[in-house]
Amino acid sequence: MPELARSVSGKPAVQAISWRRRITDRVMTGVAVLTVVIVLVPLFAIFGYLLYRGLGSIDWAFLTQTPKPVGEVGGGMANAIAGSALILGIASIFGVPFGIGAGIYLAEFGRNRLGRVVRFTADVLNGVPSIVIGIVAFEIVVIYQKHFSALAGGVALAIMMVPTICRTTEEMLLLVPQALREAAYGLGIPRWRTTLSITLRTATSGIITGVMLAFARVAGETAPLLFTAFGNTFWSLRYDQPTAALPLQIYVYANSPYEDWHRQAWAGSLVLIILIVTAVAAVRYAVRRGSFGTA
Amino acid sequence: MANPALPRPDMPGPQPVEGTRVTSTAARRSGSLLQGSGGEVPDRIFRSVMTACGLAVLGVLVLIVYELVSGSGLSWHAFGFKFFAGSEWDPVNEHFGALPFIYGTLVSSLVALVIAVPLSVGVAVFTTEMCPRALRAPLSFFVELLAAIPSVIYGLWAMFVLVPLLSGHIQPFLAKTLGWTGLFEGPPYGIGMLAAGIILAIMIVPIISSITREVLSVVPQNQREGVLALGATRWEMIRLGVLRNARAGIVGGIILGLGRALGETMAVTMVIGNSPQISRSLFAPGYTLASVLANEFSEATGDVYRSSLIEIGLALFFVTIIVNALAQLLVWTVTRGQPARGNA
Repeated sequence: MPELARSVSGKPAVQAISWRRRITDRVMTGVAVLTVVIVLVPLFAIFGYLLYRGLGSIDWAFLTQTPKPVGEVGGGMANAIAGSALILGIASIFGVPFGIGAGIYLAEFGRNRLGRVVRFTADVLNGVPSIVIGIVAFEIVVIYQKHFSALAGGVALAIMMVPTICRTTEEMLLLVPQALREAAYGLGIPRWRTTLSITLRTATSGIITGVMLAFARVAGETAPLLFTAFGNTFWSLRYDQPTAALPLQIYVYANSPYEDWHRQAWAGSLVLIILIVTAVAAVRYAVRRGSFGTA
Repeated sequence: MANPALPRPDMPGPQPVEGTRVTSTAARRSGSLLQGSGGEVPDRIFRSVMTACGLAVLGVLVLIVYELVSGSGLSWHAFGFKFFAGSEWDPVNEHFGALPFIYGTLVSSLVALVIAVPLSVGVAVFTTEMCPRALRAPLSFFVELLAAIPSVIYGLWAMFVLVPLLSGHIQPFLAKTLGWTGLFEGPPYGIGMLAAGIILAIMIVPIISSITREVLSVVPQNQREGVLALGATRWEMIRLGVLRNARAGIVGGIILGLGRALGETMAVTMVIGNSPQISRSLFAPGYTLASVLANEFSEATGDVYRSSLIEIGLALFFVTIIVNALAQLLVWTVTRGQPARGNA
């Protein structure tokens, strides 16, 4: 800090701040404010446009009908909404227990080399591009079943959910005071019982937060579904059939040349974002209200 | 973020394991007296089930690597290293080279970084150092909200709002003022590398800025006070006292953003133009590793074709893993050992 030292030496500190440094300070503050504005503009532009195009397009038909044949006006995305629910349900069945189990392992038994390896793996898995996970689900489920299916999509999304759930569960369990565990042991409660009924119970709200965040993250995923769930223009709620999903349908409709499909893509996006933002906002609210708000 | 590698003050490393070993034997005797449930066997079962869940995480990663490596074998045998140097992508004659995709991925991510880095650092500096406390929570909420928007919605918005804006106003302006650089020439279609870079930038700002914010808040408060006491202005305090200390962590955040940009699929696919070509101008269409997978994988007929696509997936996987590991390491070196106290 040579320039600082020079300006401070000899003179009183207040006068040492030259006009040039003062202006630099102001300018940089202005620049910081400007960056905030620039970042928030797309946010509001996206939400504003979504509301503007989406609100006018959501109607009863959109929520209750299946897509009309190509080029015809009307129809809706009911099958895609149901399909998304099915795929996310399958993903949760696989992903949530494994994620929580791995989190328990890391928090309660993971203070060793293997624990560190698992922890690092979870972080690595978190950064794997979703489309690559789609390929893997294709290889292990679709090739085996010989056709696209909701199961394959669910497996892909489950793989994406595990690392998030695992790491938040671990963090939340570690926040539970050690004294609580010791008190349970002191009462003669075995370890597994302590973990399940005391530690896990205490951390429930935090763990639910993690699960919801993972859920919100995969709910909007499109890339891993492209060649696993594949999409479907008809009703299908079978686990072993190609299934429509809301994000997939948005993608297909957005790329189509039809004005009415563009309208439905916006409507679908609004439905999707409402689901996700509701989940995220609920989580934030719950975290602030919950016992881990100070964490 | 709790760093699990650290010994926690409330939970010294080896202690709980040792402690419970002792108590659980005691618990076995008295536990059966108190409630009849418990003992060594259920404990051991519980422990192995949970360990199995932990190992499953490991197994998934191994499975990913195995599937990608075995799936790409055919293409590896056919093309070897030339796969990454060849610029021909010809499914009909089964001739595959990934260079245009690698180029498109790198360039679109670089454009994104050039735009996103100053913005995210600015936002992080503003939220931690400058903004009134009442504004802090809503501001970080809004920036995090950007991270919650699904990629396909970014793509939709980019297709119908950003691209027309680019082709109608921004690109003609750029061509007129900066056309001499060669980066901004050619017909202003809107769709192309520039659009992909901009939408990626919007998508990675929340990641970079939230990590930067975290890293800045770890810089000790007395560091700031010390620099201020030397007579620094606020900006000098931020530059010398805060940013300089947090450099490694900020770079970590940037690399993490890069990792996200490299693997991002849907939004890019929708606006990049999907044409395997290498051109200097950012107005030209391109193609990325992730978008070629999105577009062609499900209809890839022929074993070599599919295998080549899987090899692209493998390349993408390894690049993002290396980038992410590097980023984690950098963020850890900064946050390690210092509980976040600056954000109070």
